[in-house]
This record gives sequence, C-alpha cells and structure tokens, in this order.
Amino acid sequence: MLLLSSRAQHTTMTREEIGNGSEDMVIDECEPEGRERNSVPDEFNANYLKVYYGKLFPHADIFKWISYGNDGKHPACDQSYFSRREFSYTLDNDIYLRYQSFNSASELENSIKEKCPFKIDIGPVYSVDPAKRHAYAQTGDNVFTPVERELVFDIDITDYDDVRYCCSGADVCLDCWPLMTVAIKVIDTSLRDDFGFNHILWVFSGRRGVHCWVCDGKARRLTNEQRASIAEYFRVYKGNENSLKKVSFTGLALHPFLARSYSEVLKDFFKSKLLLSQKLFSTEERYEKILEMIPDESITSELRGKWQENKRSSISKEDTNVVRWQQLKHILQSGRPKAQGLRRCVEEIVFSFTYPRLDMEVSKHMNHLLKAPFCVHPKTGRVCVPIDPNCCEEFDPTAVPTLSKLLEEMNMGTLRADVDNEWDRTSLGKSIRFFRSSFLQPLLKSCKEEIENSYNAKLQHSKNSMSW
Amino acid sequence: MEIYGYQRKALHSDAISTLPLYRSAPPLDVRLEDFELFAIDRLRVLKGISDGLSRGKKPEEIDNLAKDLWKANMRHPEASEVVNKDIISHFVLRLVYCRTEDLRKWFLSMETALFRYRFRLESAEAQRALMAEFDLPYKAVSNSEFESMKDNLGQVARSIGQPLTPADTKFYTVPFEEVPELVAGRRVFVHKGHAYVAMNQVVSLVATQFRSHLSKALILTNRKWTSSIREQEKDRLTPIVEALCTSYLGPDYSEPREFAEISIRDIDQIAMSSFPLCMRHLFEKLREDHHLKHGGRMQLGLFLKGVGLKLDDALAFWKAEFSQKVGAERFDKEYAYSIRHNYGREGKRTDYTPFSCQKIISSTPGVGDHHGCPYRHFSEENLRAALGKMRVNSRAVEDVMDKVRNRHYQLACTLTFEAVHGTSCDAGINHPNQYFSESQKVVQSKSHSTV
Repeated sequence: MLLLSSRAQHTTMTREEIGNGSEDMVIDECEPEGRERNSVPDEFNANYLKVYYGKLFPHADIFKWISYGNDGKHPACDQSYFSRREFSYTLDNDIYLRYQSFNSASELENSIKEKCPFKIDIGPVYSVDPAKRHAYAQTGDNVFTPVERELVFDIDITDYDDVRYCCSGADVCLDCWPLMTVAIKVIDTSLRDDFGFNHILWVFSGRRGVHCWVCDGKARRLTNEQRASIAEYFRVYKGNENSLKKVSFTGLALHPFLARSYSEVLKDFFKSKLLLSQKLFSTEERYEKILEMIPDESITSELRGKWQENKRSSISKEDTNVVRWQQLKHILQSGRPKAQGLRRCVEEIVFSFTYPRLDMEVSKHMNHLLKAPFCVHPKTGRVCVPIDPNCCEEFDPTAVPTLSKLLEEMNMGTLRADVDNEWDRTSLGKSIRFFRSSFLQPLLKSCKEEIENSYNAKLQHSKNSMSW
Repeated sequence: MEIYGYQRKALHSDAISTLPLYRSAPPLDVRLEDFELFAIDRLRVLKGISDGLSRGKKPEEIDNLAKDLWKANMRHPEASEVVNKDIISHFVLRLVYCRTEDLRKWFLSMETALFRYRFRLESAEAQRALMAEFDLPYKAVSNSEFESMKDNLGQVARSIGQPLTPADTKFYTVPFEEVPELVAGRRVFVHKGHAYVAMNQVVSLVATQFRSHLSKALILTNRKWTSSIREQEKDRLTPIVEALCTSYLGPDYSEPREFAEISIRDIDQIAMSSFPLCMRHLFEKLREDHHLKHGGRMQLGLFLKGVGLKLDDALAFWKAEFSQKVGAERFDKEYAYSIRHNYGREGKRTDYTPFSCQKIISSTPGVGDHHGCPYRHFSEENLRAALGKMRVNSRAVEDVMDKVRNRHYQLACTLTFEAVHGTSCDAGINHPNQYFSESQKVVQSKSHSTV
C-alpha cells in the first residue's frame, strides 16, 4: 500500500492541528486535495487488512494475554502453554484453517502478517500442541483434549428480533443497541458479584453483538458441565415463536440475582427507554404481543377495550406507550388477589423484552472457537474493540473505527514522532490503551502471583516430604 | 470380615462413627447365625422403605417410616453391638444384592434413602465430619454470617417454593463449581464465588456421593463374588446369601390368631367380606366345581389354617365339597391325609406355612388350576369382571388396572382392599392372611360402632 509515503509532502498541517483529531482539522488551501489524497475508500479488502496487521493489530498484547504469564521469565512458567493454544483462520476465499498453533509471539505475528486472515478465532488450550494431535487418541490416558479455556459469552442482537421493531437482521441502530448495553450490565455485575470473577473483557463483535471473555484461572479451568451451569443460571428466556409465554416466574419471590437485575437495570430501561424507542404499545399488532403474555381473559379484554377506544381520541399529551404501560401495570399490580400466573406478570413482560439472551452453546463447550478481539469485521469493516462495562451506555456501535478510517488516520498522522506505535496516532489507540490498563495489566499481575504462589507451594511441599 | 461358628470379639466403639459410610469391611468376627439374622433385620428396614416409596409416600413420611423400622429392627441387647450389627448387616446384604443389575439398583436406592434419613438426624458436627470424609469442601455458615445473609437466603428459598422455617438455619458454603445443578436451577444464593447451600440440599449432595461410592463398591463385590466367594462358600454362606433376597419377611401365620377362629357356618359370609381375591376365587371355584387341583388345595388350605379354621372343621369343609365330586370314601383315602399333614398332624413340617403374596405371585398355574395371583394371572377382562363382583367402583378398578399394568400386583390388591373396605391400608398387602386380618379388624370395628 503506497498511500503513506507520497502524501507526506503535500500536507501543510502543523502537529497541533493533527493532535486535535482528524475530523476537526482545518487544512488550508490544500484541503480538497489533501483530503482526497488522504481519504481511503470505505472498503474492506486484503490490502487494507495487510496494512492493518502490519502496523495496527496489537500482536504483542494478544500474545501477552493468551500466555497468562507463561512468558518464560519465571522458572515455574509452563513453556508449552502458549503452543498448546488453538487459533483458527478464515482466509480470503472462505478457506478455513483450524488447529493453528505457535511457539512464540513472533511466530504468531509473522503467521498473521503472512496469511492475512479475514477472521482469527481463539480456541482452547489443549493437553498437547494441536499440531501434534494426530499422534494422540480420543479416549483413554493419552488424549488430545481441551484443558483450559476462557469462560465466554456471545450476545447477538438478532436474538432479540422479536422485540425490536426499528431494525431486523444484521442492522443495528442507536434505538436497539441499548439492549446490548443492558445485557452487559446485567451479566458483568453477576460475573463479578455473584461468581467472584475479576478479569473480564467485553468486546464489540464488529456488527451486531458483544462477546465476553472471563479470564480468571478458575474460569479457564471450568469443566463443560460447570460452564453449562453458569449459562443456565443466566438463562431466563425460554421458547421460540411458537410459545406464548417465554418468561415464567413461579415461586413466591424472584431469585436475588433476577431481583437485582430488575430493580437496578431492567425496570428503568424498559420504562424510560425501550418503551419509547420501540413504541411497544403503538399499534394493535405490537400491543397484542404483550397482551398474549397475560393469562387472564378479563384483564386483557379490559385493556384491549380501553386501547381500541383510545386510538380515536389521542388528546393526551403523554406518549401513548407510556400511558398504556401505566394502565397495564395498574391492573396487574393493584390490590386484587392474583391468580398464580399473574403474580409476577409485569416482571415477566419486562424480562421478556430486556433480559439478556445468551447463545448457550457458545458458553457450554470448551472447544468452541470465538473471534479474537481487534479483528476487523469483513461486512462492516469495523474493528472488534473492547467495551468498558463501567460506561457501556456511551458505546456507539455506529462510531466504531473502520479499517479505512484507521488507514486514513494513519496517513494524516505520519509526522508525529512522539508516539511509539502507529496505532497511537489513530482512534485505535484509545482502545488498545484501555485493553492494557483495565484488562491486561491487572490480569498479568494476578497470573504472575498465581505462578509464584504455586511454585512456592511446590517447593515447600517437596521440602516437607524430604525432611524426615 | 471373618465368619466363625463361635463368639465374636467386641470391637472398640470409638473406632466407628455412629453413621458408618461402609467404606470397607471392618475386621469383625461374626457368628454364622448373626450373619443371616442381622441381614434379615436390615432387610426388613429396606423392604419397609421400599414399600413406602412405591406407595408414593412423601419424604417426611419416609423419614418417619425409616425411623420406626430402624428402631424396631436394628436394635441389639448389647448397646456396643448396635453399630457392628449395622455394619455387618450392610456388608452381608452387599453380597446378596450385588449379583444382578436389578438387585443392585434396588439396594442402592434403599440404602441411599436410609442414609439420607439418618444423615438428617445427625448433629451439625457429625454432618460436617461426614462431609469431610467424602472430601466435600463445605464450610458451615456462622450465626453472624447467617444473620447478614438471611434476607437473600430467604428470598432464594421463596423463589424455589420452599420458604425457610425458623428451624432452617443450617447453611453451608461451597465453591459454586461444586454444585452445578443447584447453580443452574438458581436454587442457591451465589456470592463472590460461593454458593450458600441449605441443609436439605446438602443432604442431596452427600447422598449422591454415598450412592456413587456404593455403586462402585457393588460392582467390585459382584466381581469378587462370582470369581471366588460363591464357590468358596458354597456349603456355608452361599445358600444363605442366595435365599435372602427372596425371603418373605412378615409374620408367617403358622399359628392362627386368637381372635380369628372361624367355623364352617360362617365361612361363606366371611369369604365374601374378608378374603382377598385369590382366595375368594379359589373358594368360589371349590364351591362351583367341588374340586380343586393340588396347587389350589395348598394355597387355599393353608390360608384357611392361617385364618383359624380348626383341623376338624377343615376336614369337614373339604369333605363336604370333594365328596360331591369324588365321593366320601375317595376323599378319606386320597385327600384327608394331606389336610392333616398341613396342620402338622403327620410329622413336623414347618415349610407348610400359608403362602405369602410373593410366593403366590411367582407360582405358575396351568390348565385347570385356579391358584396363583389373579392380578398377575388373570386376563384383563377376567380381572375386571372379578373386581366388579367384589363391588369395586369403576374409578378404583382403573387404578387397580394401572398398577397391574405396571406389575405392582400387591399394590393392586391393596387398592382393592381399600376400595372394598372404604379405608386406607398403609402397610400394603403382602400376605393373604394379612388381608384377612386387616379386613376383619375393619369389619368388626364397623359392627361394634353400629351397636
């Protein structure tokens, strides 16, 4: 790619101006020409990707993460750890390469630069180097089997298609994206408070969802059964187009996890955001879907009656959706003694629309492959950047840097010499710095401690057993 | 375990906890007699539990049942020997019940149910000690911690429809990954990686461990049995072991009850009101055909002896019927002897005790026979007709037929008893004479109350 070198002579910008961000740049007479020459057609292709892997993709950080402290510096490091990890590549012409493994950071980097995969997936750590798997059996003592793998979650907005009216399928917009925000909040809080996990990475999947990587040692060593139990703990929504009621709360109370999720996140989100952004009661088709969830004919016909009348007289200043939701809540929560199926009907409706919907299969199996962070999504060109769960409401999927934008930024920023990395000149810088400071560094610190502790424990043990 | 023909040595009582885990056969000496007797006592407990379970009793009822059974059967005159009896009887029954898949399954279920009940009764420290023996990493929740968690724990309990009672204060914490089913079902409070497990949930988990250990042990025992023990012990223990699992364990009705002495004058009426279907059928056929083949004579004849029919009355009764078919002379020559035989008048025969349901069910009536168990041996049509004649209402008939289809013949008979008498029969029928005496109790209490 030759854009970089030839443009440098033509720009007249000062360093300060570059530092202020490319959008706001005022370029003097050269503007039209400079802009054109710096701009990169909005595309995704192998050439762009090559530059990306060459200059921007954080190879070393990925290596440090995946090694979990086993970088050879401490005597207790597991030298084989990194090489037992599976990577897989999806290449340009849909060729799929599984069981890729590497012995060092540079091997990984060179391989990616050379093969230029459209997608990189990360698999589990196996008992032996995947490249040698054919020498091992499927069962018995000497097996080729996963031994470690992050606990992962995959949330995709297409799983919410039955409750979002603004988009469908692959599209996503700022009206429905908040469903992902809510999912992150609920799951993240539970992973930390309930399960005690600390090293959690949330990543934008590049188009319409989020991935979660739980990287604590304990999480990596969970069995399939234990992973399934956590996924089940998180599961509330059961059913498909054929079932009327997909969320059902029997019992005299909600489990504290669900109650907390409701009171801290879901209730308010439904009332203040989703109700309005999706106009849940605005048409008969839409409100019928909600009435279907109420197992009481007298109540539903009462509400239906009110709303059919109301269609004609829309005098009220208040939003129809808000009014109707109020009416529904009032009937269901008023003093009348409630039949079994109605006791938690309001919560059931709120959960149906807002509670996270996980892909169970992704989480349950150790050998499930998941796309690596900082990959570029071939259909959108967007980078799979980390999301900060503490301010996930601010994340805007439509503003995530694309491959072409990053290259543009790189073109503009070639004069700066005070940064070590190319990516720091681009909007990717922020993401990588976040990845390092809030995830990688604390993780590595904890890994080192773990390695030290187990090493010392082993020393102590062998000392004890020797002293008779 | 060593088995001797003479006195056993006492074992130090502190070496064994009160609720043994039966991890390995301890070095005890056992008298041959005790080998069988202890096993039979324990078998009464297990069979009692089995009956209770198949009758659909609730867990609390099973607990009480197990308690009564254990108290009644597992005592020993020497207090120090109680634990030994417990252990010995368990290991003997392992030999008995290791031999087929069905036997193993039954034994596993009953021993686990028994273990569950006994575990619940143990003190908190004993329970912790047992959990430690299973390598279960549970820690008891202190009172202060419980107080701070109470709201959350109560909420979880309500969410699964099992609200806490004031007595439910025992909780344990365990790393959440140790209890995946509880986590998956959101049946526990999870906080900072710890699951807070309620007492009844702990019992389930401990029982599961117990069951899995016992299951593996039974497989090993079976291997040892088939490869060496059975042959080595073929003259001593093997016959005892092989007979044990089929034994009937209730009263044998060899001595007639004081209250139930019937005369032939009453017999027809009593047959209608208090005979179980098998005996009613034989009785009716005898009246109809004036004859019964050998199997029928044995089954009905011994039953009548157990019911209290005196020998002279019995002879008169059978003669009155048979002479209509074969003549009085032939009756005296060919049939009278065996009746006297049944009553022990021709040499001592303790085998000829009235047949239990188990024995009757497993008999094989052929052409022309009317003995056996109608619930098993009758066609559906015939059985329905017979129940109709007993005036069992149609709803009850359906329940009975359902039991029959599932091969629970004794339960079917119990349901019939309940329908005919209008009372429940908690113990379950396992002997025709038991049916009779229970029935008589009901009939007589009714007649007393109408006076």
